[in-house]
Amino acid sequence: MSAAQKTLENSAVFDLSSSSLRDLNSALQTLGAANNHSAWTVLNPRGGHAIAVGITAPVSVTIDGHAGYYCAGMNDGATVVVNGSVGTGVAENMMSGLVHVKGDASQSAGATAHGGLLIIDGNASARCGISMKGVDIVVKGNVGHMSAFMAQSGNLVICGDAGEALGDSLYEARLFVKGTVASMGADCEVKEMSEEDKTILAGLLANAGVDAKPEEFTRYGSARKLYNFHVDNAGAY
Amino acid sequence: MCGIAGLFLKNPALEPELGRLTAGMLSVLTDRGPDSAGFAIYGAGAPGHLKFTLRATGGFDFLALPAKFDLSCTEHDDHAVISFPAEREAEIRAVLARHPEISIVSVGERMELFKGVGLPDEVSNRFGLPKMSGSHAIGHTRMATESAVTTQGAHPFTTGTDQCLVHNGSLSNHNDVRRVLMREGIKFETQNDTEVAAGFVAYQLREGKKLDEALHAALKSLDGFYTFVVGTESGFGVLRDPVACKPAVMAETDDYVAFGSEYRALADLPGIERAHIFEPEPAKVYFWERAA
Repeated sequence: MSAAQKTLENSAVFDLSSSSLRDLNSALQTLGAANNHSAWTVLNPRGGHAIAVGITAPVSVTIDGHAGYYCAGMNDGATVVVNGSVGTGVAENMMSGLVHVKGDASQSAGATAHGGLLIIDGNASARCGISMKGVDIVVKGNVGHMSAFMAQSGNLVICGDAGEALGDSLYEARLFVKGTVASMGADCEVKEMSEEDKTILAGLLANAGVDAKPEEFTRYGSARKLYNFHVDNAGAY
Repeated sequence: MCGIAGLFLKNPALEPELGRLTAGMLSVLTDRGPDSAGFAIYGAGAPGHLKFTLRATGGFDFLALPAKFDLSCTEHDDHAVISFPAEREAEIRAVLARHPEISIVSVGERMELFKGVGLPDEVSNRFGLPKMSGSHAIGHTRMATESAVTTQGAHPFTTGTDQCLVHNGSLSNHNDVRRVLMREGIKFETQNDTEVAAGFVAYQLREGKKLDEALHAALKSLDGFYTFVVGTESGFGVLRDPVACKPAVMAETDDYVAFGSEYRALADLPGIERAHIFEPEPAKVYFWERAA
């Protein structure tokens, strides 16, 4: 815990080497909006799963170390910062709030998330943003294969490279890639960057603290050939 | 599910700790594989000597073996390790063949291989893993999906002298591949899918392929989900299928390279907070080896 956090009046420290994960999550989940513990620090996460899941209060949680699966899952309004890397499904099904991973994320980061902002300072592996439904995701490094698979809405910003089959079976999510794309998935295509796209992307880059211009990115989106079956498009499946 | 732990030491000062660290990693992976466990450990070997790890049923008295062979024998519960000059291999195999209650689990200059049914902690303690030392070890905790919970179905499976393989996942074409391999003379003891993967690698090696070539061939011939970790006399290798559903986390420091199905398994390793942590990429063959 840093000295700055110690001086906060409304801070709480939770050490997972001496307290149970269940106690932590139930404390976080029962916080009301008007709680008086606005800054939490979680020590010794040691890769444990489901840390800081299901929070509905606008609190700030700092996880000091590597976290396991589903970290900050179902987040609705909290700010969760991980000073380390995370396992599968970070911020899965997030509704609102901010999840910031200072290291790398494993597969399915931000899966099915409806809202909020997920920032990953390092790389995200396979299936980043799978079935995303409105979340904004900014990955400062690379993403693995099948990222944004069946992504429905929201924005996925990739500052590095994307793996195979980017945006396979994509719906209306916007994908922005600064680096290279190993291959596009079925029904994913390069789109022209509109003024609206540029405004959205510039805002996300600013919010995530990325020093890059929208013009450096390529916009990908759905070719909309797979929405309904048409025999002429059979080859796209 | 299933859990895999692997630890390859770069710093010889850690060698006396290898068994204890490996047992700790397997213990954490209990909830990924509570029904059986096993490990291969690469310890000391004598020049010109071979080791057999044997497994017996029915309270076989392994210690009667040295009297027969005049060789060294160490008992580990229902397993035992015998060591002998390599030129006596054929003679010893002939004698062991007259004992149907004994199976030869592994052959190697350095590798010893133990596995059994039970919680990982029970299996580790039964064979005395925490006190073992060596340069590297590979372990597995099993949650059976493809075949019965038996000692034979536990991992690792040997693929040749000083070689073994463990697997997290399930193969969908193992019956086809097994039939092909059986026609080529590869023998199988179980209906287990991983035994087919081990047999596939053994077959490729028999046909003159190198281990990395055998693993590349596995990418073409084996269908299904897999993270494989293979152990060799000099190190270990990792291969994940192209879809990469099955987890894999690596940690590297100046002292070691470690593999865990989850980071949790690595959390107790010394200096882990300063380790380079990464996920091996799909469909890419990795090897870490000691300098010759």
